[in-house]
Amino acid sequence: MLRLLEIEYNKLRYSRSARILIITYFILITFIALIASIEFKIGEFEFRVADQGIFNFPYIWHFNSYIAAILKLFLAIVIVSMMSNEYSNRTIKQNLIDGLSKKEFVLSKFLTVLAFSGISTLFLFVVTLILGLSFSDYNELSIVFSDLEYLLAYFIKLTGFFAFCMFLGILVKRSAFALGFLVVWVIIENIIYGILNFRIFKGTDIAGKIMQFFPLESMSNLIVEPFSRLNAVQAAANQIGGELNKDYGIHWYQLIIVSIWILIFVYFSFILLKKRDL
Amino acid sequence: METILSLNNLTKRFGRITAVDNLSFSIEKGNVYGILGPNGSGKSTTLGMVLNVVNKTSGDFQWFDGNMSTHEALKKVGAIIEHPNFYPYMTAEQNLKLVCKIKGTKKSKVAEKLEIVGLLDRKDSKFKTFSLGMKQRLAIASALLNDPEILILDEPTNGLDPQGIHQIREIIRKIAAGGTTILLASHLLDEVEKVCSHVVIIRKGEKLYSGPVDQIINSFGFFELKATDMTKLEELLRTHPKIGNITEKEGTLTAILDEPMEAEEINRFLFEKGLSLSYLNKRKESLEEQFLQLTNQTAQN
Repeated sequence: MLRLLEIEYNKLRYSRSARILIITYFILITFIALIASIEFKIGEFEFRVADQGIFNFPYIWHFNSYIAAILKLFLAIVIVSMMSNEYSNRTIKQNLIDGLSKKEFVLSKFLTVLAFSGISTLFLFVVTLILGLSFSDYNELSIVFSDLEYLLAYFIKLTGFFAFCMFLGILVKRSAFALGFLVVWVIIENIIYGILNFRIFKGTDIAGKIMQFFPLESMSNLIVEPFSRLNAVQAAANQIGGELNKDYGIHWYQLIIVSIWILIFVYFSFILLKKRDL
Repeated sequence: METILSLNNLTKRFGRITAVDNLSFSIEKGNVYGILGPNGSGKSTTLGMVLNVVNKTSGDFQWFDGNMSTHEALKKVGAIIEHPNFYPYMTAEQNLKLVCKIKGTKKSKVAEKLEIVGLLDRKDSKFKTFSLGMKQRLAIASALLNDPEILILDEPTNGLDPQGIHQIREIIRKIAAGGTTILLASHLLDEVEKVCSHVVIIRKGEKLYSGPVDQIINSFGFFELKATDMTKLEELLRTHPKIGNITEKEGTLTAILDEPMEAEEINRFLFEKGLSLSYLNKRKESLEEQFLQLTNQTAQN
């Protein structure tokens, strides 16, 4: 296992574009801290984001894992190109001839995916902890370490997305087309949702119930947007008479749906590779 | 003798096309083998199958004693197929170290093998800056990293300039002299003739011959003869019992032998009949002539 990770590490280490994207990704995660310094004035009303409680434990776990997940696109590019470059350089052929089995090849890529997600999660944990400890109003240990399931959801979400990218890289073999396919897939899911919601199951919530099984939808369902949970937003909603009653929690069945997708992507990556003549 | 690789009715079909048809042969340790065949005859597909990159349709193959999986066996094999494939953004040394990781060999071999192919001074250059000849030599160095039991080369001189071809041949010859088993696929007959002791000839995916280079066709060689009186020469030759077919080309008669005969014998025979020769040469068919004869024979059958 370590050998496989080491092989992948060596392939990525010397690639300048991969290095730049990975470093940018981690730097951008630390930039979440910059949100704290956002402040603006509306007439007499002075607004400072840091005062809105977004860095309060345990809310900060939710907020940061949601924001950090947006940045996953950077690593997605790295993963798609690390798959498809093996095809365009024909190095996959040479790897197999040199004695790597097809199973080991897919496994080495998936281990890299796990490593990316794991390091991201760990990194986010540290950044969030530091950010929270410096800005949070509550610093009791029990509060600090509550709601940590958001990090688990973040890990599963990233792994799912990266496994999807890995599969697309093998399926399409060209990085630009694979990323294009990803965009097309987003649109397809949206169109299906539109048709289900506004045509077939009009006026019911069946569409949402079906859509939660789609890969990208299931991944985005894991962590619900955190903004409407803010005090200011809640207050504003109350004033105009509406009530926000949203479920912000992490649900085990959603984690399972994404985990199953991960298994499917890895398995079909292997099947594709096994069936293909290189 | 120790068998390194044996193929048993190996078959590959791409849709309706049969690229390799019931191919069986085996590779013994210590010999230098050539796989001969025109372009598109299934050489690369055959190698692809035993090297784990092309899926077989039926039949099977076995590496060594057959007790290990193909990818484990491949760690004891060195192979390059058609193009040299490396990571373009990595240097020669980094690429070879990666191969060491995959094959599970020590990194200390890298410098040694780069020296063999004459690339040691370019070890820190990126692969993408290499010329085709250098890429091909790097591929050979990479194939040698694990001190393989067998070296498989698929068209190693394809697309190289004469100097590059010469360099690669020298390297192959050196490796062969060291006792390494080599399997060389090529459509260049002189290339195979120069380095190989055994050949496997395939055409349209079927095996025509496998065995030592000099026994491809049952032949005792032939004479090339010239004399002032060519008609008399031909008449006399026709009366000789050991001579079969006689053909004329550009003022020279070619007499194919049905039985073994030395040049002195025919010379004495003709002289006793009152004819003296101006030119006499006994030759064996070159690999090219043998190959063409063999492929024609089978075509007629």
